[in-house]
Amino acid sequence: MNPGIPFILIAALTLSGALAAAILPNLVHAALSLVLAFVGLAAFYFLLGAEFIGLVQVIVYIGAVAVLIVFTILLTRPAVAQRGDLNWGGVLVAIAVMSGLLWALARTALPANATAAAPMTVMRVGQTLMGDYVWPLQTVGIVLTAALIGAVVLVMEEDR
Amino acid sequence: MIGAGIIRGMAVTARNLIGSYFEPERLTTVQYPEERDKIAENYRNFPFLVYDGDDPETGLRCTSCKICEKECPPQVIFIIQDRDEKGKPLKRPKVFDIDTSACMSCQICVEVCPFESIKMDKAFEVSNRDRFGALVLHKSGLAKANAYYHQIRPSEADAVDAALAEAAARKKAKAP
Amino acid sequence: MITTADQIFVLAKHAALSLLHGAPFWVVETASCLINLCAVLAVFLTLFALISVLERKILARIQNRYGPNRVGPCGLFQPVADGIKMLTKEDIVPRDADKVIHFLAPVAMVAPAILALGVIPYGRNMTPFSIDGGVLFFFAVGSATELAVFMAGWSSNNKYSMLGAMRAIAQMVSYELPLILTVLPVVMITGSLSPDRIVDAQAGYLLGAIPHWFVLTPWGAAAFLLFFTASLVESNRTPFDLPEGESELVAGHMTEYSGFKYATFFMAEYFGMFAVSGLAVTLFLGGWRAPMAFLTFIPSWIWFFLKLATLLFTFIWIRGTLPRVRIDQVMRLAWIFMLPMAFACIIAAAVWHYYQRGAIGWMAALLIVGAVYAGLSQILETRRKLSVRTYRFAE
Repeated sequence: MNPGIPFILIAALTLSGALAAAILPNLVHAALSLVLAFVGLAAFYFLLGAEFIGLVQVIVYIGAVAVLIVFTILLTRPAVAQRGDLNWGGVLVAIAVMSGLLWALARTALPANATAAAPMTVMRVGQTLMGDYVWPLQTVGIVLTAALIGAVVLVMEEDR
Repeated sequence: MIGAGIIRGMAVTARNLIGSYFEPERLTTVQYPEERDKIAENYRNFPFLVYDGDDPETGLRCTSCKICEKECPPQVIFIIQDRDEKGKPLKRPKVFDIDTSACMSCQICVEVCPFESIKMDKAFEVSNRDRFGALVLHKSGLAKANAYYHQIRPSEADAVDAALAEAAARKKAKAP
Repeated sequence: MITTADQIFVLAKHAALSLLHGAPFWVVETASCLINLCAVLAVFLTLFALISVLERKILARIQNRYGPNRVGPCGLFQPVADGIKMLTKEDIVPRDADKVIHFLAPVAMVAPAILALGVIPYGRNMTPFSIDGGVLFFFAVGSATELAVFMAGWSSNNKYSMLGAMRAIAQMVSYELPLILTVLPVVMITGSLSPDRIVDAQAGYLLGAIPHWFVLTPWGAAAFLLFFTASLVESNRTPFDLPEGESELVAGHMTEYSGFKYATFFMAEYFGMFAVSGLAVTLFLGGWRAPMAFLTFIPSWIWFFLKLATLLFTFIWIRGTLPRVRIDQVMRLAWIFMLPMAFACIIAAAVWHYYQRGAIGWMAALLIVGAVYAGLSQILETRRKLSVRTYRFAE
């Protein structure tokens, strides 16, 4: 099995980004490394031919989630305690999640000879969303609208 | 309606933009090195020394009385009186320096001069690459003819000439 | 009507690639990409140089001045002088700055702008990077600029940089929503996210004189204006240039940058402006299509750049006209005017499409957009009370 040079490069980028995000002491550095890992993931999607998912990954995770994270860091106080030692609780959680994922992966029967799926174009994503999954989509839409209205109500200036 | 004011504002700026190409009177800029505005008669810059006649050495009105040197607020005037071979002081300066880097163009030297010798110049293009030496003006550079004075400040120079002539006439009348 | 003049750049590229005949596939592919990239960079760097001097000249004329006219004929070599000045300046990095991020920020700023320029069709068969979800790609890379601004502002370790970056991120995040929502009707009508297909959807003429551009439909016109306003915010241009408001924040996130890095930021800003204008041309102004049937003999790329120049001129014109707004006004505009209008555009586009894009649909769309606009104007104008501003959190 030949993974190919692009795969190795992207994997190295993603893993180093994720590792840096986990161990860097400076929060902002960690957040920016996380962005690097997100970019690597998006590149994986592109490599797999899932163009749409890759682009949405960039928009949602880099454009929204990462910006939210750095904005939160900005609005909070500079790191209260920057200890040099490891956060053992975090390590435990990470090991637990990792072993769970590995266990699931090991128990999943991967098709030995995967047939190439039809390319997931934007058109097909749209048709699937609006056809088979229209009910969940609308439900999610209502939930998000409720959240939006709630946010507006929260920040609305009370008349004095 | 939202945006109506923006449209109106943009019409104004568009008029300016196009108008500036067709109506030269809109452009008030004087493009300095090529075009120059006329300098007002009372504009003053740094002092200079007036001399009568043609020779800047002998015609200098300055008598080296050093009043201006004492009065100068930033103390930028430096005078050494000239002496003859026997050491007798002469009524002319040997050295007359003005450090224009510190001169503040206050005109006090002109006000206090009893001999109408020091006057304010109008030369303003004095920028230089040498910060120290070139900004100190020496006697040779400071001495300028009475004709030049007439040229830069005609009315004031006429009044000065008349006053000097009157004083000379009075002196002559008293002398015999 | 495909003439040689129309395809001259495409033919030139094929000629260059034919030199590599027999080379492995990946060599040809890489060479093709490099040629596209170099072409985009060359064109837009030239345009950047040109627009930087033309902007100053136009602004000067708006203020009844001459503008730069010393270097070269009519001052056209001013960018050369500026470039030499920028390159020879000392590169100052603050002592307490985060050196690595401070260095990376200008790079992270200019890279997305160049990437975004890649998906725009500059002429017939002239899309440097043609992908299915081109419009989505544009917004995906565009969203990375916010992080670059944050990197610049945070790493400088300067309160002005920080405040500028916060403002920039706040307004960019807020306006991403109207920006994308105004693109939505176009994507809906064409049924594609590919810029090439969107341009194709605007082909053809009514009576040989009226092009099928989306800007000539009621919803398209409204969406175009909203998109243009949002793009003013996204590219931090006056009247929404408060992230770098000189009067209060020195230069915002660029305060601590000097020399070439500052020039890079400057360039990224202009590249972003070109990219978003190019997208506006593609989405609403028919891309590279000629405005009238008999004008198609003029090469397509000339039409594209004419339209781009018009939009860039409007950017500069607005900069010369409007004063800077306050941050609360920016946010107010986004959430209580732009957003409802964008939704109205989507509904109007749907109605227009439902009536087979005919005269009835046209009138109905006009009615919807007009009604929402009039209603919003009415509400916003009457609710504008003149009162002393109260500061809730500043006591």
